Order: sequence, then structure tokens, then C-alpha cells
Amino acid sequence: MSEINDILNRCQELYEDLSLGYVQRWKEMYGKKAVGFLPVYVPRELIRASGMLPVGIMGGGDQIEIIRGDAYFQSYICHIPRSVIEMALSGKLDCLDGMMFPSICDVIRNLSGMWQLMFPEKLSIYFDSPQNFESDTGGIFYQNELKRILDEFSKLSGITATDESLRDATALYNQNRRLTQQLYRRRADKPWEIPTSELYLLLRAGNILEVTEHNQMLERYMALASKENRKPLDNSRLVLNGSFCEQPPLGLIRALERAGGYIVDDDFVLAGRMIKSEIPLKGDPLENIVEAYLKDSKDVPFKYNIENKGDELVESFRENRADGVIFCAASFCDPGLLEQPMLQGRLDKDKIAYTSFQFAENTGQYQVIREQVGTFSDTIKLWGGQ
Amino acid sequence: MTEKTAREVLKDDSMMIQKKLISGHYNNLAQAREKGKKIVYTFVPGNIIELVRSFGLLSMLPEIDSLQSAMRKKSDQYVAEAEKMGHSEDVCTYVKCHIGMIQSGIPGPDGRPLPEPDLLLLSYTGCFTFLKWFELLRQRFKCPVVLLQIPYQAEGKITKDMRDYIVKQLKDDVIPALEKLSGMKYDEERFKDAMRKSSQAEEDFVWTLNSAKQKPSPIDAYFGGVYYVGPIFTYFRGTDEAAEYYRVLREEVTQRIARKLGPITPEGPMRNEKFRIVVEGPPNWTHFREFWKMFYDEEAVVVASSYTKVGGVYESGFRHDPENPLSSTADYCLGCYTNLSLPSRVEMITNYIRDFQADGFIVHSVKSCNSFSAGQLLMLREIETRTGKSGGFIESDLVDSRYFSPSNIKNRLESYFQMLDQKKGGRS
Ligand code: SF4
Ligand code: SF4
Repeated sequence: MSEINDILNRCQELYEDLSLGYVQRWKEMYGKKAVGFLPVYVPRELIRASGMLPVGIMGGGDQIEIIRGDAYFQSYICHIPRSVIEMALSGKLDCLDGMMFPSICDVIRNLSGMWQLMFPEKLSIYFDSPQNFESDTGGIFYQNELKRILDEFSKLSGITATDESLRDATALYNQNRRLTQQLYRRRADKPWEIPTSELYLLLRAGNILEVTEHNQMLERYMALASKENRKPLDNSRLVLNGSFCEQPPLGLIRALERAGGYIVDDDFVLAGRMIKSEIPLKGDPLENIVEAYLKDSKDVPFKYNIENKGDELVESFRENRADGVIFCAASFCDPGLLEQPMLQGRLDKDKIAYTSFQFAENTGQYQVIREQVGTFSDTIKLWGGQ
Repeated sequence: MTEKTAREVLKDDSMMIQKKLISGHYNNLAQAREKGKKIVYTFVPGNIIELVRSFGLLSMLPEIDSLQSAMRKKSDQYVAEAEKMGHSEDVCTYVKCHIGMIQSGIPGPDGRPLPEPDLLLLSYTGCFTFLKWFELLRQRFKCPVVLLQIPYQAEGKITKDMRDYIVKQLKDDVIPALEKLSGMKYDEERFKDAMRKSSQAEEDFVWTLNSAKQKPSPIDAYFGGVYYVGPIFTYFRGTDEAAEYYRVLREEVTQRIARKLGPITPEGPMRNEKFRIVVEGPPNWTHFREFWKMFYDEEAVVVASSYTKVGGVYESGFRHDPENPLSSTADYCLGCYTNLSLPSRVEMITNYIRDFQADGFIVHSVKSCNSFSAGQLLMLREIETRTGKSGGFIESDLVDSRYFSPSNIKNRLESYFQMLDQKKGGRS
């Protein structure tokens, strides 16, 4: 078997192992703790600098049968919280000593309270990020929030983060950001060399693996991918938007690829891409993490943006020489679905073609979506996306 | 006064004051443009209406517009309008109803068009949808927007960092935006004066809600409660008229207690109080009366509800404090019900069941509102375990009648009350 397949098989195993075997082994090997976090973004630097392993949890996808989770959520609530609850109740998340709940929507917010009620022995952190992006207002609030979290981590791990450990962690995650961006650029340049289903598995592996290991994996994969000699197809180039939280099942991503479109940008697994550039290592490390979020983070539906809604999407469309946009949002996702008409309005202004559909992480039938995206791809290939 | 029936009393006094307040407000709004008045759109939870008014500005609350549209049977057409414009069926119908209403020219209660905003004051408390709502409105109205972010009380307490963050936003962003819009300087004395009136009204308001501890309860704290919260949650907190409303209401309720009268329903006073119920969740507005009837037909009185806390939780002792206007504004915003953690909500309802001697509780889960609804099924179980009382669960929506299934809800309620009856040994 080729080395690239070994890497991808490893990623697939990590993706499928909802019981987090890697995390269990890591903890045993190092005698340390692990902290989970839900979508979309937490500064993983803080967890690492406190001597723990950050673990991104993105739901159970189509791999877990929901037996108890449905009893906790009404039918009109998106799918991810029920699979997370299912995983927790069936002991799959036992190896996580704490869980972080980023402030992205009311569902994740309330899930933080459910965690407090259901798993009182575990550390549960609601991570409130600012919607005011001024350094001396939202920035101060955010910095205090990070300090509070560091205190909690220090109690949990017995290790207090220092400026030095925060800087070291930032450097490693900078490298991770750099490599991930490189991977994205490489895919945009030659999408036939880096299929999205592979890129996606690599991203998901980054949720679990210790960061140096993930960095090595990304480097190795990129070195190997160019040697694979994969041939380009006459596909359209698509930017995918809307899957920032609940993730489409891998099968759906593969079906999209087979529908005749190359995905050249997306908003899957944003933990490693939320901060767009490298975080400076000079100066106060916490302040740098704060500033990066305030001034240099991606435009996502849970961030307040009144002035230039959709500009980033249009920019991505242009930079990646795309032909069209596909909106792929989770059903019942309020932030995603409320954002969509605004983004579409922005695309309309620039006469950019788009299509949209909804999914749930456990969607099993892709035929209709595949046909829809196939038709869309064919149309924009024929008539142009603009 | 004693000669009047209870129904007349309410109609004649507190209700009339409220009616006058509301019609006066809408009249001012309808004439705002002619009179050169500036308009601020803002949200109900954590509103800072005293501050807005201290600048001589008029406010409009989109949730109120949506719920009133539903009560006037207009919301379905507005929601359909928004869906036609590309808004998903899955999202909050308050937003869609409001967008459809704007699309239809913002007709007010008397048909006269209401004004467009000059400022969107995004008081972002207890619900993420608010962000999106005003982002959407901003696409249409090119007016300025000012944000007031209220951190979430995830740990069940207010911290200094949270309060400082809010006060800083008030000083640096909100007050300057209001000054700019109104052309007036911030007048702290005027603001403090309004707060004094707020706190006076709050005293009488809490007293009224607590009157439901009496047996029989003189009020219905959910269906009746939505009327009682009107002035204090919306445009009138901090005015003499609102303070007067609550003073009169208190007097009326005092008389009802003395006469051992139950609450007044649309079909007259309730004669018998068979069940005392606590309700979690907002009401349905498209079938409000029908929904209420399902309770009073069963002789069920709601003695406490969480919905009457969305615009402020006063029972724990919070009052607007004129001596500390900005930090007490911060505490007010932080304390609104949907800004509380799930454990705090569970504790609150558990306490209601004990303190108001309720026989049971009902969770009314609305499709629109994840802020309320996500986690309610766990709340139900927790409260049952803590109180030993059985909970009922019903589902519908706020302003989209497609999700209100009368027969379904009625059946569920009937079975629930039957079960309670059996538990009570058939006593009435
Ligand atoms: S899918 Fe959307 S609504 Fe559901 S948890 Fe994620 S962001 Fe929230
Ligand atoms: S989700 Fe709930 S709180 Fe938020 S705007 Fe809609 S009804 Fe109001």
C-alpha cells in the first residue's frame, strides 16, 4: 500500500473512532489530561500550554445510532447536539476531562448548561467570545475570559500556563495554520491532486492528533500528493459555504466531488483556520491571541458583521477562480440559515451563481443533492458562473 | 369600587391605562416623521428603554410587532412573504414575520404605517438570533447600528468583567450613538429619574406576580401575565404612567385577594381553581385565546411562568438603581431569563413549584426559539426529579400557525390534567 494511503487510512480510522482511542492512549502514555471543544473555534494554544490535549468534537456524523440523544432534543433542533449527547451518554467521551462550548448559537450555549446538569463531575466551560472587536472593549473582555479559562485549566491539569508555554504552543499552532493554508492553496491550484474528501479527513485528524504529529502528517501528505500523478477532470470549481458547525457526512462530500465539481474552498472544520494568519510571538502571548481573533479571524455567521457581509465569500470566489458557490447548511441551523440570504444577496450583486441545499450529519441519501449539484456544475460550465 | 364586578374593575382601570399607553405610543410613532422624532429599533430582553427615552427618542420593538401581527392574524402572510424572499422555513418566525411586515410597509395596529428606523440598537441579550435579525434589517435600512453585547451567565452568576464590559460599551458606543442621533447630550439626572420610576413600578410588578401564591390565585401568571408584563417589558418602563399602571394593578389585585376571586379570563372570572400550574416557555400568539381556553376550561390557573421573566427577573431583588445607573443597567440586562444558564432556569422553576404550591408544570416548546427550547426536555426531567411533580410537554410556535395544532395540544393537555387529577385523588 502506498504511503499516502497509509496516511489517509490513519485519518479515516481517527475519523471513525468515535470512542477516541488515540486520546485514551495519549493520556495513558503521558499521564496528562484532555479537553474537548465543540465547533467552531477555541484557542487551542491555551489547552496545550496548560499541559493538556485539545480534542475537537464535531458530532457523530452518520456513524452513530441515536438511541438516547433524541429524547433530549425536539425534532426542530439541528442534529449535532443529539449525537454529541449520544456519544457522551454511551461513554465515548469519558476520556475528556473537560469540555468547552464556544458561543456560536443558542443550541451550543444551552448544551453547556445541559453538560453541567448531566456531567457535573466534568469541567464544563462556556467560552464567550466578543462581538465588539475593539481592543479596549471586546478585547479586554476576551482577555479576561481567556484568563478565567486558564485558571480553570490550571486547576484541572495542575499545570499553570506561562508566557513561555503559551508562546511555544502558539508557534506550533502557527505552523499548523501555515500548513493548513498551504493545503488549501494547493487544492485550489490543483484540485485533482488534493481531493476534498482527503483534505477533509486530514482536517478531521487535526481535531484529535497532538499538533506536532498533525503538522508532520500535513507535510508528508503534501509531499506525497504531488507525486500521485492524478489527472485533472473537466470539472467546475466550487466554493462551499454553510458547514461551519454540523458537518456533512463524508459520503456526502464524496458525492459532491463525484457530481462534477471541484470544491476549491469551504468552511469545514474551522478550528485551525479561524485565525487567518500567524499569531505574532513577540509581546504578550495572550494579548496576541486576543488581537488575532479581533482583527484577523474569518467572517462566519456567528460573528457580528454589519459592514461587509459576504465580501469574504466573494473574495474567496475570486481568489480561488471559482465558477459558483454551493450553500450546504445544516437543517435547523439558525445562524447558518439566517446568514444565507444575506450572502446570496451579496453574490447576486456580483452576479455570482449559486445553489443551495440542506443536510443533517446523518443524511444517508445523497442522490438528490448529487443531481442538483451535478446540474448546477454543468450549467455554470456551459454558461459561466458570472 | 366594590360594586363593580372584577371584570369591570380590570377593564376600567389598569387595562384602560395600558390601552391608553399603547395607543398613545402608536400614535406617536405614526406621527413621528411629521413631528421630526427619531426612531430606535431595539429588542425586548435587556432593553435600555429608560436611556433611549432620556434622549427624547421613540423606540420600536420588533418582537412586539411580530406578536401583535400574530394576534391580528397577519403573521402567516408575513412569514410566507419572508419565505418567498428566500428565508428558510427552519428559522425563527419572529424574524420572518417582522421581515414580511417590513416588506408590506410596516402597517401599525390601526393600519397607519409605522416608521423605519433611524438607528438599530442591537441589545444582544440571551439570543444569538438578534444579531442576525438586525444584520438582516441593516441590509434593507442603511441606518447606523450600535451593538450592546451582554455576556451569557453560563456559571449562574454576574462577574465584574461582564459588568465592566457592558458599562464600557454603554459609555463608548451606545451613549455616543444616542447623542449623535438625538443631537442631545447625555443627561444623567434624567436617566436616573426614569430609573427611579422603573424601580417603583418593579416593586408593584413583583408584588403582583407574587400574589399568585394566594389560594385561589387572583391572577393568571402566564396568559394574564403577558398583559401585566406589557408596560414594564416594553416601551413604558421608567415613565409615570407605567408606575401608575402597576400601582392601580396592585390595588385591583389586593381587592381580588380580599374577595377570594380567581383570575379573569376572556370569558369572565374563573370560579374554581382546580390546578395550579407553572409554565416554562413563551405562549403561542396565533391562537392565544384558544390556547388559554384549554387551560381555564380545565380550571387550571398558571401561578408562575418563566416567560414573564424574559424582560427582567425582579423577584430575586433586582431593581433599577438610580444611584448606579449604568452598572445597574448592566445587571438588568445580564439577569433576563433567556440569558440564564440551564441549571439556573431549572432551579428557578423548581422554586416556583415549591413557593407557589403548584400541582404540576408544563413546558411549552416553541419551534422558533432555540434560546428557550434547546435543553427543555432535560429541564423537564430535572424538574420532575427535584420536585416529584409530573411535567407536561406541548409544542407549537410563536407566530406561525402551521405549527399550532389545536386538537393535538388539547388532547395532550387534557391527558395531562386527567393525570394530575388522578394524582390529586380527584379532589377539586
Ligand atoms: S448546526 Fe447551527 S444551530 Fe446547530 S449547533 Fe451548530 S451552529 Fe448551532
Ligand atoms: S430565537 Fe427566541 S429569543 Fe431569539 S429572536 Fe427568536 S423568539 Fe426571540
